[in-house]
Amino acid sequence: MKKLFQNSAFLSLLIAASAVIFGYWLLENPRSTLAFLLTLGALLAAFMLDIPKWLKVLVGGAILLLVIPWAGFKNSFLFELGVQTGIYAAMALGLNVVVGLAGLLDLGYAAFFAVGAYTWAIFGSKQANQFMPWHIFPLPGAYFYLFMLVAVVMAALTGVIIGSPALRLRGDYLAIVTLGLGEMVRVLANNLDHPINITNGPQGITPIQRPPIDWFIALFDKFGIHMSRAEAYPLFFYFLVLVIIGIVTLVNIRLDRSRFGRAWIAIREDEVAARAMGIPLLPTKLLAFATGASFSGAMGALFAAKQLYVSPESFTLIQSIMILVMVILGGMGSIPGAILGAATVTILNVDLLKTASDYLNDLRNAGFVLDLGIFKYNFANLPNQLEPAKYERMVFGLIMILMMIYRPEGIIPERRHVAEMKEKE
Amino acid sequence: MKKALWLAVVALGALAFAQGKVIKIATVSPLSGEQAALGEMIKLGAQLAIEEAQPEFEKLGFKLELAPQDDQANPDVGVAVARRLVTDPEILAIVGHLNTGVAIPSSEVYKDYQLPMVSPANTGPAVTDRCYLDIDRLVGRDDVQGPAGATFAVKTLGAKRIFIIHDKTTYGQGIAEQFKKRALELGAQVVGFTGTEEKSNFQALILQMKAKRPDFVYFGGIYNQGAVLLKQMRERGIKATFMGPDGLDSSKFVEIAGQAAKGVYYTTVAGPIDQYPKAKAMAKKFEEKFGKAPESFAIYGYDSANVIIKALKNFISYAHRAPTRAELSMLIRQTTLEGVTGHVEFDYKGDRKQADYFVVHLEEAKYPGKVVKVISFPAPATKCKAIR
Amino acid sequence: MLEVLIQLLPSVLLEGLILGFVYAMIALGYTMVYGVLELINFAHSEIFMSGAVAGAETFILLKGAIANPFILLALAILIGGTVAAIVAILVERLAYRPLRKRGTTNRLVPLITAIGASFFLQDLVRLIEGLWHNAFYRRYPSFEVFEATYTLPNLLGSLIILLTLWLVFWVVAYFFYWIYRTVTRTQGISRKASRGLWIAALVLTLLSAVIYRTTIFGDLGLTIQMKSILVVVISFAMLYGLNWLVHRTKLGIAIRAVAQDAQTASLMGIDPDVIITYTFLIGGFLGGVAGVLFGLLYTLVHPYVGFIPGIKAFTAAVLGGIGNITGAAIGGLVLGMLEMLGGTYLTFLTNGAMGTEYKDILAFAILIFILLFRPQGIMGEQVGEKV
Repeated sequence: MKKLFQNSAFLSLLIAASAVIFGYWLLENPRSTLAFLLTLGALLAAFMLDIPKWLKVLVGGAILLLVIPWAGFKNSFLFELGVQTGIYAAMALGLNVVVGLAGLLDLGYAAFFAVGAYTWAIFGSKQANQFMPWHIFPLPGAYFYLFMLVAVVMAALTGVIIGSPALRLRGDYLAIVTLGLGEMVRVLANNLDHPINITNGPQGITPIQRPPIDWFIALFDKFGIHMSRAEAYPLFFYFLVLVIIGIVTLVNIRLDRSRFGRAWIAIREDEVAARAMGIPLLPTKLLAFATGASFSGAMGALFAAKQLYVSPESFTLIQSIMILVMVILGGMGSIPGAILGAATVTILNVDLLKTASDYLNDLRNAGFVLDLGIFKYNFANLPNQLEPAKYERMVFGLIMILMMIYRPEGIIPERRHVAEMKEKE
Repeated sequence: MKKALWLAVVALGALAFAQGKVIKIATVSPLSGEQAALGEMIKLGAQLAIEEAQPEFEKLGFKLELAPQDDQANPDVGVAVARRLVTDPEILAIVGHLNTGVAIPSSEVYKDYQLPMVSPANTGPAVTDRCYLDIDRLVGRDDVQGPAGATFAVKTLGAKRIFIIHDKTTYGQGIAEQFKKRALELGAQVVGFTGTEEKSNFQALILQMKAKRPDFVYFGGIYNQGAVLLKQMRERGIKATFMGPDGLDSSKFVEIAGQAAKGVYYTTVAGPIDQYPKAKAMAKKFEEKFGKAPESFAIYGYDSANVIIKALKNFISYAHRAPTRAELSMLIRQTTLEGVTGHVEFDYKGDRKQADYFVVHLEEAKYPGKVVKVISFPAPATKCKAIR
Repeated sequence: MLEVLIQLLPSVLLEGLILGFVYAMIALGYTMVYGVLELINFAHSEIFMSGAVAGAETFILLKGAIANPFILLALAILIGGTVAAIVAILVERLAYRPLRKRGTTNRLVPLITAIGASFFLQDLVRLIEGLWHNAFYRRYPSFEVFEATYTLPNLLGSLIILLTLWLVFWVVAYFFYWIYRTVTRTQGISRKASRGLWIAALVLTLLSAVIYRTTIFGDLGLTIQMKSILVVVISFAMLYGLNWLVHRTKLGIAIRAVAQDAQTASLMGIDPDVIITYTFLIGGFLGGVAGVLFGLLYTLVHPYVGFIPGIKAFTAAVLGGIGNITGAAIGGLVLGMLEMLGGTYLTFLTNGAMGTEYKDILAFAILIFILLFRPQGIMGEQVGEKV
């Protein structure tokens, strides 16, 4: 039996078969959470297990580019899930550079996300007219791509500004200070509606321009698929996110193997030794900070365009913690780990916890009575407070504690990292 | 244990298959958190309306259900809930939200899927000023409520030096600014205008009040913050009259503020039950069913659900099938109802044609207070550029 | 306007003092754990919160049974402190100890665990409260005895104003002298110059006292509530007691020994694990008592109430020099007053452009400033980094 599972041919067959079966199931039942999870499971298995590369690409391409978009037409929530996963995956990859590679614990990472989001929100809406002359705002949606780059630059700049005092500090102080600075960015966003109205304060900014997609709709029209604008946007954002994730992953892999990547790891492993080897500490750390921030900034711009509404409430500490949990879950320093962590946490948070809540709600509304012989429980008496969706903090906290105690190197550990995490004094 | 499992599976199956044609109306309001007291009233009001209508729908061959959702008074959660709701084909209409700041981004989602939303509580002008076909509201607007409060404060109560505080939310800041504008127009002096996210320690604000000696304090926000602020103000000897918008309209306000609540004024768009002759019967049923008296937004939740139910009934009895969401949206806009809150009729952008605004005075530290003024006012007009 | 600001000063400092005592008590928990384990116990803000919530429950449950509010308060403090201490010990046992036993050298690992524990506890308390009452906001009942307001003599207020003015003038004069010294490149400060500075400040103070005599010696409206007095008295007693415990008892000596060098201490027959448990117990108890006093002062408590006071108390601990008990108390008082000064006066200084809403940022700004320029804090000594 064991041998059978080590047999590559058998594994390939198994994965291909499960991808086909689960994918078909998802197409038939696009609202089934189980089918969706199993499809993703097939995808993960294809990636993790030892099978030929062409099959990996085939299974991955089929699931990501065919099955999910197709099912998404019937259940657009899959797109929402996909786009959110993508946004968080890119941010997790960014934070992975800071926490995983350079070993700097950043608890204010959502601040860069906010900078990116506000960059496009302000100029892609009428908001900029409040403090700029010319009255040319909102800028047309086509500027979105340009502003994604601007957001990258802005976020990187913010990273340098926040980093240059903070990065002089030791590890645990750095964590608290970045937490404080992250909170500062949120408070500023909340309060910069006076004396000059820049962020519109708590009212938030809406509506925000989206990139034009007429060409996208026309493209699909040629294949005989007709979509309305409202239907096309989720699909468009889904593909856009896939492309961005591809780019971000590539950049990450290149960075990891570059001079900088090695310098970051050297700092993480031993600051003093790294300095002795001639690595300039502050510039190297700042570079890590700015690189991580820039990924987050790009996703912020995308978030603003997707959400159509940006307000300071989206950039709280819990966001930063959530991204940190993704990195920790996947494995600090590990690129596939960050993506897996982002997918797991997003799906857990956006879908599974809510599905469980809905299920409990249904039981409560139906007045379902659980009869265990001696123990009877009427679900109609279930308190409103008991809804898994409300306890995301508890879930995150538990993941953090358990991972640190039992598997600090994460689900998919980075090879270089394992040694350090398990080290004994 | 096994037996229980089987039972659970069977029950699940029963839930999923036994009901042929299901129509769901969802309520979305904060059911947990600091504002749960207001949010739950919306849910219970709608629940009562739906349960009353269930037998009739059974006769028509449909099962009408309530899907209560919790937005935690947070825009992100609201949007996430909205995105889940639009993908459930059985859900045909929404009763919600409580907070304007949540309703605005969430309704962008509903609009994309033409899912009708009837708001029992959002007072922010922007909710209907976007002219979406699918969004209607039953209550009045802040650009009437705020000025009405200011007029009452300056003209009737003779406020001269006004200190305005808001909670830095879309709703609180919005109404505080409306109040300030009218108060200035009427010649009162605004000695302070500040927002705060603080929930427990208001001493810094109170010290500012000591310096500026206001005779009137207006708080734009929700009771959980306002009540604590009021209590600490009174403890530090600030005797200025305290006033707020409908966010204070909850028995919890009095519960938290204690004796300090005595003498407080608030404006509200949801009048106390005794203002509506028809609501008495409903209030009795409500109390029998849920074991507590309906408060503030309960009757509005009830009427919101009833507008939807009436539109549904009209369609089904005519067409013998469930309407699509778009059809229902159009129908709701044209439906008129003699509800417990009076005559319900929507204008071209989804506002109620004639809405009531109340000024309530808490003569004793007891909820509900006494209505001292009722204003009936048509919704202000907005230019609608393009529809959808 | 200036006159009103001067008149306000005693009230501002008094409110700052009361708030400062609450911060000081929370800060002690951070500082003790840091002293012994070199770990920022992120979950301490939740230990504070669980004390506050437990105190509220005690008040609400026993309100009918016990009429005397003072006995009620004593019970609430006892139960709040105990619950918080138990939570603190449990966190240490379940989350931190396994890491210590494994001997992780990575500093991030325990810190991440601490953050996780903090978030876990917030929702755990919410779950418990939610299942119990179907609501998680708890209100502290008000008692007439505690709410009673006393007007302090104006003389006291005037004295506070004069002293503060003197201090401010002194600092300003010192600042100018420092600039002068930097420009002229003279080293050191002569005794004569230093005496000249405080005398100059005194003269300026007396001068302004004469100019603003109606303001300074007028009706200041300085009031204090019974519960504020209680908060100050109880926290002062607790702080004093802790100081005695750490410096005069065997347990205190053992704690200090472990803080200095755990390995050597264990050679002397001290079990570090036991001592660490005691540290968490004491810090947790003080945090819990602070929670009850916080609730008593500000009425409403909930599972997320701990975050902001926690961060500020940590700032206070750093401000005073982390690991130093007297430092934590002084840091708390200083931070409380700075926060109240900033929160009240910022609006006036910026003419409404920046207001109270920036007062939380102030604490962070102080934290960053201190960490960058004087990481050892007010009372701390420069400690070389262990390599």
